[in-house]
Amino acid sequence: MTERRDRSLLDPSILRPALVQSLVKLDPRVQVRNPVMFVVELGAVVTTAIWIGQATGISANDGGAGAGGGNGAQPAWFAFVVALWLWLTVVFANVAEALAEGRGKAQADALRAMRTETSARMRDGSEKAAADLRPGDVVVVEAGDVIPGDGTVVEGIASVDESAITGESAPVIREAGGDRSAVTGGTRVLSDRILVEITQEPGGSFLDRMIALVEGAARRKTPNEVALGILLAGLSIVFLIVVVTLRPFVTFSGSTVSATTLIALLVALIPTTIGALLSAIGIAGMDRLVRRNVLALSGRAVEASGDVDVLLLDKTGTITLGNRQATAFLAMPGVGIDDLAAAARLASLSDETPEGRSIVVLAEEQHGLADAPYPDGTMEFVPFTAQTRMSGVDVEALDGAVRSLRKGAGDALVRWVEDAGGAVPDDLRSTLDHVSGEGGTPLAVAEGDRVLGVIYLKDVVKPGMRERFDRLRAMGIRTIMVTGDNRLTAAKIGEEAGVDDVLAEATPERKLDLIKEQQAGGRLVAMTGDGTNDAPALAQADVGVAMNTGTQAAREAGNMVDLDSNPTKLIEIVEVGKQLLITRGALTTFSIANDIAKYFAILPAIFAGVWLANPGDGEGPLAKLNIMDLGTPESAIISAIVFNAVVIPLLVPIALRGVQYRPVGANALLRRNMLVYGLGGIVAPFIGIKLIDLVVHGLLGA
Amino acid sequence: MAWVQLALLLAVVIAITPLLGGYMAKVFAGDRVVLSPVLGPLERTLLRLIRVRRDEDGPIGQDWKAYAKSVLLFSLGSWLVLYLLLRLQGSLPANETDLGAAPWDVSFNTVSSFVTNTNWQYYAGETTLSNLSQMVGLTVQNFVSAAVGIVVLIAVVRGIAARSTDPADRRAGSLGNFWVDLVRAVVYVLLPISIVGALVFVTQGALQTLGGPTELANVTGGTQTLFRGPVASQEAIKLLGTNGGGFFNVNSAMPFENPTAFANFFSMVLVLAIPAALTSTYGRMVGNRRQGWAVFGAMALMFVVLAVVITVAEQHGSPAQHAAGLVTSSGDGTTGGNLVGKEQRFGIGGSGLFNTVTTATSTGAVNSSMESLTGLGGLVPMIGMGTSEVIFGGVGSGLYGMLLFIILAVFIGGLMVGRTPELHGKKIEAREIKLAMLGALYMPFTVLVTTALAVGTDHGKVSNYNGGPQGFSESFYAYLSQGNNNGSAFAGYTGYVQPNGDPDGSFGITFADLLGGLAMLFNRFFPILVVLAIAGSLARKKAAPAGPGTLRTDSPTFVVLLIGVIVLVGALTFFPAFLLGPVVQSLTGHLY
Repeated sequence: MTERRDRSLLDPSILRPALVQSLVKLDPRVQVRNPVMFVVELGAVVTTAIWIGQATGISANDGGAGAGGGNGAQPAWFAFVVALWLWLTVVFANVAEALAEGRGKAQADALRAMRTETSARMRDGSEKAAADLRPGDVVVVEAGDVIPGDGTVVEGIASVDESAITGESAPVIREAGGDRSAVTGGTRVLSDRILVEITQEPGGSFLDRMIALVEGAARRKTPNEVALGILLAGLSIVFLIVVVTLRPFVTFSGSTVSATTLIALLVALIPTTIGALLSAIGIAGMDRLVRRNVLALSGRAVEASGDVDVLLLDKTGTITLGNRQATAFLAMPGVGIDDLAAAARLASLSDETPEGRSIVVLAEEQHGLADAPYPDGTMEFVPFTAQTRMSGVDVEALDGAVRSLRKGAGDALVRWVEDAGGAVPDDLRSTLDHVSGEGGTPLAVAEGDRVLGVIYLKDVVKPGMRERFDRLRAMGIRTIMVTGDNRLTAAKIGEEAGVDDVLAEATPERKLDLIKEQQAGGRLVAMTGDGTNDAPALAQADVGVAMNTGTQAAREAGNMVDLDSNPTKLIEIVEVGKQLLITRGALTTFSIANDIAKYFAILPAIFAGVWLANPGDGEGPLAKLNIMDLGTPESAIISAIVFNAVVIPLLVPIALRGVQYRPVGANALLRRNMLVYGLGGIVAPFIGIKLIDLVVHGLLGA
Repeated sequence: MAWVQLALLLAVVIAITPLLGGYMAKVFAGDRVVLSPVLGPLERTLLRLIRVRRDEDGPIGQDWKAYAKSVLLFSLGSWLVLYLLLRLQGSLPANETDLGAAPWDVSFNTVSSFVTNTNWQYYAGETTLSNLSQMVGLTVQNFVSAAVGIVVLIAVVRGIAARSTDPADRRAGSLGNFWVDLVRAVVYVLLPISIVGALVFVTQGALQTLGGPTELANVTGGTQTLFRGPVASQEAIKLLGTNGGGFFNVNSAMPFENPTAFANFFSMVLVLAIPAALTSTYGRMVGNRRQGWAVFGAMALMFVVLAVVITVAEQHGSPAQHAAGLVTSSGDGTTGGNLVGKEQRFGIGGSGLFNTVTTATSTGAVNSSMESLTGLGGLVPMIGMGTSEVIFGGVGSGLYGMLLFIILAVFIGGLMVGRTPELHGKKIEAREIKLAMLGALYMPFTVLVTTALAVGTDHGKVSNYNGGPQGFSESFYAYLSQGNNNGSAFAGYTGYVQPNGDPDGSFGITFADLLGGLAMLFNRFFPILVVLAIAGSLARKKAAPAGPGTLRTDSPTFVVLLIGVIVLVGALTFFPAFLLGPVVQSLTGHLY
């Protein structure tokens, strides 16, 4: 789904509706959900009223003789400029949120277009509107039909085009029974005919949920957002008191301060930067997951993924390639290794299993048999059966001599050789044991009454897994490999892959117990799963990622669905979760650190007229605190609130993209972010406000 | 000299911290300590008298609500007893100077002040209170109000450290037993150290007598009344319990209270001993001594900055002094500089450091005149209080105040490392943040409001004798001090008028007395409720084991973050007030 990925922020299809939304969101009923921005909006309303009062002459001033006090009435344009920039502050915050939502909205529209009004054909031949389907209804879907709702295939097998949801154009197989039985409403059957039992409530389909999620309609504040919101509201309240009490303080000190100035100071002090970007950060976090083709069913799950301590990964398909592969031939004494390879190749030629093919590949690539001719005569292949537990080939040469080549489990081959009157070499048993002991699977190869040697089949760890686990360890996450293999084999593969721990001889119950045990120790557990028997564990895990190819039960149990069905996606999910929290923390720090510079801009302006040595003096001792050398009290205050406003759009890219995350350990990460966003937050506004003042005072003459 | 003294003080405090900290950890765990053979019988007798409820495992544990209820009940009882005592002192024995009762509003303020470990004094001890009121009333409160601070901290740390979340465990959620802790704090910690401390003061020449005032012929040929009493014993607990209320009005500047430079140094050690040592107790209780040292480090770092600033500022003198050509600088810290209001036996070094110690902790004892400090020098005690008294702070209250900031720092820092924040493995969620914000911001909130009432209303302005930035500083300081349960004063702001130097004809300024009294009561007990509620909430949480992705709260990086949070979230709210008072005076030589 390439169109879902990179879409520029300035893409007009997103930007235009975002600008409209930013004005719609000025509705106080919307703003009141965000206390910080609500305060700014109130301030904008009041300053606007003051300006109107001054401009129309209803009130000459608003209680203060001047912005700096003591020297003449405050000009009406000052209240106008302050009001304008306060409105802009709110609008910028709205644009940030609307932009974050915009990308999701565009996707939602695409998805909605898919939700065509289809009618479903019931098993008994009757028709029913798709919207009326209830759980338990069984519908018939044939090639070319759109599947009318989410459900489970109860009969038949079909290839299905799921590109509308996953972005993957290759059709997938859906069949009754097993772990690939789930179908999604809105996808199209390409071949064959299936019976689908509907599992969704009307209006509660996967597609509906997906639309709601990407659109942000179902968005609720996450626990951490709530906590941060409380922190920001608390700061706003205390700064409100700072500003309210400032008036009597200034009066006592022999000067005055206008309401406009106090409101400007309040807005500058309260954490507007993070307040404006908080919800955009959350929406963008979900969006980043969507762009990785992961659907988080709740924001809480995204947040929790940043906290994951333990990752449970299935061995097969996740850590290993999923199929055993031949990696070596071990010849018995007196047998040439190339003879063994040639025999194994012949015995496997008809074996279409991945193991069989890998034997042929090994023989041809490592033992120079790529162009080896097939023996003359007729070849009769002997397929694998559960009874014989071996397979191979009988080659009848032109002279009528028959060579019987077999490969199979050790004990089966021994019996076969002994039945043929042959002797089993002493080395066989020890070689078989050696391979098992290494975590591999041995296959014996025999020709007639003679054992030739052993094929070493091995679970091959996917390339790059060790690096990924190292990366996880650096993030502070332990990985546990889960496998049905015996302990010995499991331990070997675990060691090779570099996981921290293994759960061998795993059953669904043992998996569930392991999760509970980890959780009892206070750890957060994440896992992936696809089968129905994974459902309890998926539900128990703090972050359960269900594969989209999995069963409906698994998809219901998890709190995320990976549309790509890539089990290692968990690593990216964890990074997105951490990035989300880091972005919040970094911008909060930046926002609070900004206050120092804003104080140094606005307070000297307010205090320029306090404690005058003589009544006629232009400025008092505190004018010396104007260390930024800002032009006038008015330009200083305006510069501070302009900075306060423009920093919001400037930080939108960081809020939407997220602060870069590096798995370097908590301490190094903290140091880096404190330096960039803490120290940076102290220094940046000094520079920014000074530059703005150069324009406001120097060029515009304020 | 000043720098040597500062270095020596830090060295002594660093040496005491693990020793006393370890001792207190044992005391509150109920373990046997060195003094058990001697003091055990006293402890058991007191516990029998209080009739603490017990089961087979020992005294019954209290959850946070029960613990808080006991704190409030005990403090309310203390308040009523002390109020009656002060109002009835005229008819009670040990009243050599025949003093009547102070007015009701002044008594309200005084009683609230002593029950809250503030020791703000609108009255002059020697001309207002009888020896009985001083000894049975105030000195007892000096012990128990300090003990309340200590045991609340211990209860809070127990909640943070609690590991059992098994609902079947009867002790899950228990923070200990208030009454047992209170008795142990007094018997094993405060009592033995103050006895030794009093003896040290006596060796230095401090007064210790039950005799009344005596007449004395002075150099001009007239006579003067010399007030006397059990000074040394009051002195020891006044400092050890970070109380600060002296026997005499001029507090530790009085030679009877603080006779020598050594006594002065010893006083500072006594003040810092328990607040500093509790960091180590905390570290031990959460099973991470580095954690204790990290908190100690944050406190010590801010403390040193304050001490250096005040010393340099006082040595430099004020712009007004420079304008008048008064300051001669010799540079060795004993002569030259701003010596106004300072005792020669302490000098600039001993005075500046003492004031830093007693205002950074919530002691409030003074050995020199605060209002005579230079502008910048006067800013130092205000910052000590403006940071919510967490730079060592009051006994117990300093560290539990610090824990609120630690929670806020953990929250912001935790986010910055990409994990939902946790403290010692326990998740900091909306409830904890709500409480921590309430606890941390309540003080600035109330101090700003009360100061605004003091400088902005006629009711408030009558208490202030001065105008100008000095007058602003005095009013602001009065509420900063009372609102932080500190007790030191910038003078010039009063709630009690004694035109004749004794209770005759005296009257209280009701507005100032009540505003200050209520500020002291609320700012003491509201944060106590908040921290106990946080402890109750944390006690029931599961602790996650630390890993490489966990934010370490015992690292230098975290110390920097913590200081940043204290400055930005805590002290920044007072920035405008600091500018209007002390900073003005450091910028101009003009006299208003």
